[in-house]
Parts: sequence; structure tokens; C-alpha cells
Amino acid sequence: MGFKTFPGGIHPHDFKEFSKDMPIENLPFSKKVVIPVSQHIGAPSKPIVKKGDEVLTGQKIAEPGGFVSIPMHASICGKITKIARFPHPTGAMVMGIEITGNGEDKWVELIDDEKYLDLPVEEMKSRISEAGICGMGGAGFPTHVKISPPKDKPIDTIILNGVECEPYLTADYRIMMEQPDDILAGLKILLKIVNAEKGIIGIEANKPEAIKKMKALVKNEPNIKVISLKLKYPQGAEKQLIYAATKRKVPNKGGLPMAVKVIVQNVGTAIAIYEAVRFKKPLIDRVITVSGKIVNKPKNIKARIGTLFTDLLDFCEGTKEEIGKIISGGPLMGFAISTLETPLTKGSSGLILLNKKDAQIDEESTCLRCGRCVDICPLNLVPSLIANSVRYDDWDAAEKYGVMDCMKCGSCAYVCPSHIKLIQWIDIGKIKVDEKNRK
Amino acid sequence: MTDVYAVSAAPHIKQRISVPSVMWQVVLALTPALLASIYFFGTKSLWLTLYGIIAAVITEAVIQKIRKIPITVTDGSAIVTGLLVAFNINVSAPWWIPVVGSVFAIAIGKQIFGGLGFNIFNPALLARAFLVASWPTIMTSGWTSTRLGSISGLHSGIIPSTAIKAQNLITSATPLNVAQQLRDKVFTSGFADNLAESQAIANTIFDKLADFGTIQNLFWGNVGGVIGEVSAAALLIGAAFLAYRHIIEWRIPISYIGTVFVLTYIFGGINGLFSASILLPVFHVFAGGLILGAFFMATDMVTSPVTKKGRIYFGIGCGILTVVIRMVGGYPEGVSYSILLMNIAVPLIDKYTVPKPFGEVKKIAHG
Ligand code: SF4
Ligand code: SF4
Repeated sequence: MGFKTFPGGIHPHDFKEFSKDMPIENLPFSKKVVIPVSQHIGAPSKPIVKKGDEVLTGQKIAEPGGFVSIPMHASICGKITKIARFPHPTGAMVMGIEITGNGEDKWVELIDDEKYLDLPVEEMKSRISEAGICGMGGAGFPTHVKISPPKDKPIDTIILNGVECEPYLTADYRIMMEQPDDILAGLKILLKIVNAEKGIIGIEANKPEAIKKMKALVKNEPNIKVISLKLKYPQGAEKQLIYAATKRKVPNKGGLPMAVKVIVQNVGTAIAIYEAVRFKKPLIDRVITVSGKIVNKPKNIKARIGTLFTDLLDFCEGTKEEIGKIISGGPLMGFAISTLETPLTKGSSGLILLNKKDAQIDEESTCLRCGRCVDICPLNLVPSLIANSVRYDDWDAAEKYGVMDCMKCGSCAYVCPSHIKLIQWIDIGKIKVDEKNRK
Repeated sequence: MTDVYAVSAAPHIKQRISVPSVMWQVVLALTPALLASIYFFGTKSLWLTLYGIIAAVITEAVIQKIRKIPITVTDGSAIVTGLLVAFNINVSAPWWIPVVGSVFAIAIGKQIFGGLGFNIFNPALLARAFLVASWPTIMTSGWTSTRLGSISGLHSGIIPSTAIKAQNLITSATPLNVAQQLRDKVFTSGFADNLAESQAIANTIFDKLADFGTIQNLFWGNVGGVIGEVSAAALLIGAAFLAYRHIIEWRIPISYIGTVFVLTYIFGGINGLFSASILLPVFHVFAGGLILGAFFMATDMVTSPVTKKGRIYFGIGCGILTVVIRMVGGYPEGVSYSILLMNIAVPLIDKYTVPKPFGEVKKIAHG
């Protein structure tokens, strides 16, 4: 069939059946949240509150730490009780601001600019940057930076990423089903800001209802189209999505989408953009999928940033079996974390729980040279040779085979019959090649 | 306070595939060919194959024990090697031939290099080369006829029964052997009383090689040869299964067979370039060990290129060498030597066929 796609890729079972039909539920007010100062790519933000301060919901509590950085806001109303290192969804320990709620939900003042599309572009941008928005699909690049390309780099297309190709995750799907108008509003703002003529909303073919819904919505928008993409992982990776939608190839070696006149934003980010521009609402909540075979009631939950994963899991009535592994994000690119006392961040799209059996790690055996990893690498790299070069400390070879281009989608490790820890080797390679090139 | 859970690098889910599952599927894929061989040659095929397998497994276990490394015979790779060694043996061979072959394949072909994944040559083919060099008569003559009565795939009625030498040839030699003898004109002059008649008989035989009836015999398995190569049909069933399971990939077999097809069409005739009928390349594809070699030996993961382009070059290389050996060399068949020779070139092929990463094209298409 005529679905658009990219070369390579894998077909894991999508496990979306657990949560795809669960409407978004609001998590009842949390008593305690932890707001990490680093939830994005770029400099950590700088706290502007101290222990004991009272804050309102939506009040700014940290300033951006530079241009490529974002501010943070209190996601509940209450008192700052601690500023210290806390577990972070990436598995690291990161500085965070703990707020203990006072049971109320008193907000800073919001506005309602019905004529938001007529605002000057600079005002739109400043509202977005004030709202502390970063990419909500996972990478977390500050949005105000992404939508400010240099003057000599015109943008002609905005692509909204509604692919959600990671197994289990259904948060973006629910958003598209329940808030399609807000997504469209966000897209229109983006088109206006960068003065692009074309908007594309890319959705994977396993979400026919979302495709139908969005298509109906853009029926009378000649410059916006919805495209249905082949069910294949990693269809939602930026370069793969751009290629599928426009047949343009983002250059390797650190090339950005703007090199091919494109900006990609996640559908959730589009909603945050709309809310920031129209209501001046800071990004203090998001939808996350809590799922897994062992979760009693898998759900899509709208929760405040900083909510602890343990509260999210309680809301899903816990697990049927002993937990073997906790994954923040999707099972292919997400992080395994050691504790449920980890806060939800702006980029957390999923909380997946595996049982002991599924968490088992197979032992690595020698590479069979079967080429399966080579056949499916969406970036056309040679993962087995990268891993081998790293194993023998040959950083030049690792670089030659493209270790720095690798987006760590995990497809290669997924298909390897020898269970080679390709991503671990690639991780080491990335660090070492980087060190080598700095010298 | 709170539980602490184990962490590990992504990805956190994995396809259910492992080295043993790959190997056992290869064993399964080779089973139809073994059954065909038992049908055409009798149970001796089965025994020889079992000797080969048992010898391979024991050798692997003993060597791993001596090297004090984990014993991995259950991964199935030794079974595949033993099976393939036996598949390359004439069914009239004595019991110890597959045994010696398998010991050689595992000890010299595989373990000396460091075990599975490190060997340069296809172990089974290396063993075959060793056996042919050491016991050439056992390995390359004394072909057994199938239960349907054929060795060359040709019907004896195609030439006069008085042409004794010619009759001998087509009732005792394998198809490729017949083709080679006709090409080299070894006995051609002695087929009849005078040269013209001899030549006429030779031409008749040659034409009949590329005849639909002969090719049918080759395809189904009414033809002499080594245990595993008897039935192209049975091998293709197994190959289709492996391709469907993504265990072998089309590039090597197709480029290999395609090259043989094209080159034998051009050079295969005995009366100059392009003198062959279009069925002659078909004959060359189904005769001898090409189907077995192209689908099950050249595709050996360890000893073939990992890059996609490399696999095509590898297949073409195997094809060219096979045709050169069949057409000019001193042997009737060239599949195993071609693959072994190309095995040596694999590191080089891999090195020069590293693919261009996605986005490497500097020219950017717009719109
Ligand atoms: S090498 Fe990198 S980009 Fe290629 S499949 Fe593996 S993780 Fe994905
Ligand atoms: S998939 Fe695994 S075994 Fe196969 S070539 Fe790649 S790294 Fe080696």
C-alpha cells in the first residue's frame, strides 16, 4: 500500500493494546513534586527560589541557564521544602526543587488571547520561551531555539510528529484523539512563527482513528495535510520522519532538519505551544502512558511535571507481579531507572514496567557476522563493525563506521541473535571518539 | 525505604532470536534435502550424515573441554557443520570419510581460528577440499545411481547402444562430468568409428544435457552426486523457509546463481560463444552443487560479507569462479573452491563496501 516510510527498521510487537483505549485521566493533586533543573538539552536552569518560599502553581522557580535552556515553573501550589539532588528519569542524580503542596491549586494569573494568531511573531516566541517548553517526545530540545533558525536558513515545512513508534506508548495517540483542535492551533502558530507554507502531521498507520480524526480536521486547510506512515520502528525518529514525509535527507555528521528547510515538533509540544501563546500557560503538566503487562490498570495520565513515578503507578493500582525493571520512556530508547521515586519530566512519555522474566538480560555471545543489524540500521551504518572497533579500542575505525551518526534507536540490538550489547558498545564509542576529537 | 531495581542499557525488549534458534532452523531447512537423499540413495545417506554430525559434535566438545572454554555444542552450529560435511560426500564413501571430514572441519576449520564467528573459511567446504585432496578417488568417482536409475540424468536411449564409450560415460558420470568430458573432447573421437560420427554423438549428448527431461531429473533428484545436492527441489524448499525467516538473505544466492546463469549462457556451448541453448544455463544452475552452495554454503554468516553491497560482489565473485572452473579448469565442478576462494576476500570486500550513512549525499533534493 502507499504508506510512506524510510529504508531499514524493525517490526516489534507494539503492545499498545493495553492503554490505547484508555481516555486521558487527570491525576488527582499530588502532595509532593520534584522539579529537576535539567529536563532538556542545554544548560541546566538556575533556581530563583529558596527553601521555605511559598509558590503558586505556574510560578517561575528557575531561570534559563543560557540561550539553549528553559525556565522551570512550580507545578503545584505550596512550599519549597528542599533543593538537592534527586533521581532523574535518565538514571542520573540531578539537582531538583522539591515542592510540598498545601492542598490548594492556586495559579498565577493566566490570560486568554482569543486573537492569538494575530500576535506579532516576537511576542509569540517570547511567550513560548517564557513557558519553558522543550520537545516533549523525548529529546527535549528547547522549543524557542528550534523555532528560531538563522536568517539564511528559511523553513518551508513544519512536521508534527504523531508517529509514536515506540511500543506501549499511547500518550500522543490519546492527545490526537482528545485534543486535535489544540494540536492544529499549535501547528498554525508554528507555521506563522517561521513563515513556512506547509504543515504536515505524520501518524503511523496503526492509529487509523487518529488519522481519520486529524484528516477531518484539516479538510479545509489547504496548506496542511495528514500523512499515514508505515508501521515500522523507528518511524518517529526525526530524520526518518522527514524522509518519509518529504523525501529529503537530513545530512549526517550532525546535520539539523533546518538544513532541509524543515522543523519537526511533537504533537504534545504543539499543544504546549498553543497553551503558552494563547493563555501564557507555562508547561507544568503532560500526558504520560503508564503501561506494561504487569500493570493492573494501564492508563494515559495527565500529571503535573515533577510527580513521582510511584504516585503514577499507585494511580494505576500497582502491579500484578513483582517488578523486574522500570523504564522511563519507551522500551527501545528509554532508560532503565533504579527507583520509582523519580519525577516526571517534560520529556517523559512513558513509564513501562516489566516483570522479572522480561527483564532478564541475555548473555552476549560472539558476533556471527550475520548482517541482520546491517540490514535494518535505518541510518545505513554497520553496527557490528562499530561494536567490534570499540571492543578493540580502535576509535578511528569506530568513527569511520559512523558511531557518531548513530541515533541509538536500538534496532540493531533488537535483532541481534548473539545478543551483542550494541548500544553499550556504541555508547562507549561515542564518548571515546568525542574525547579523541577534542584533543 | 524504596526498592532499588536493576538497570541496563536500552533496548529493553528484544526479538526472540538466538544463535541456537538460527542454527536449528538451518538444520530444519536442510532436512528435506536429507530426506530426498534417503529416498534416492537409500538409508546409507542417513548413516553417513549421522556419522558426520556425531563426529562434529564430539570434536567440538572435546576441543572446548581441552581449551577450558564453555562447551557450546547445544548452539547447533557443530550440527550444521557436520551435516554440511556429510552433504558434500559421495554416498558410496566408507563410514570414516564423514567422520574424518567433520573432525577436520571443526578442529582445523573452526576451532583453530577461535571458534564460531572467527573462522575465515566455511568449515564444511574446507573439510571437503581436504578430503578431495587426500582421497580423490573416493570423493570424485564411484557415483551411485539413484533408485530411479540415473547418474548423469541422461537417458541411455538417446545414443546408439553400440557406442560403448559414450554409453559408459552417460551411465557412470555426473552431469557436470559429462559436460566437462565433452568440452575437453577426452573421448569424443572414440565415440564411433569415424570422427564425424563421434562428433555427432557428442553433440547429441550435449544437446540432451540442456533438455527439459534432463533438467527435470536434476531438479527433482534423479541424478548422481553427493548426498546433499541430489534434489534441487528439496533444497529450494529449505532455502525458501530460511529466506522467509530472514535467516538467509537474497543477495548472495541470487547474485551467485544469476552470474552463473549469464556466464554459462555466453560461454557454455561447445561450439563457441552464445552457441548454447537457453536451457543450458538452467542445466548449470541445477547440476552439481550450485543450489546447495549458493543457498547454504555461500550464505554462511560467519564467512560472508556483512555489508549488503559486499554480499552482491561476493555472490558475483563466486559465480565467476564457478563458471571459470567448470569451463576451463581441470575439475567438473567449482562451487566449493569458488566459495573458499571468495571467503579469503571477505575482509577486503567488507572494508571497501562500507555503506554511505543515511544523509551522506551532499546534494540535497528539494521538494
Ligand atoms: S547503529 Fe544506531 S542508528 Fe543504526 S540501528 Fe543501531 S542504534 Fe539504530
Ligand atoms: S546482528 Fe549481531 S551477530 Fe549479526 S552481525 Fe550484527 S552484531 Fe553480529
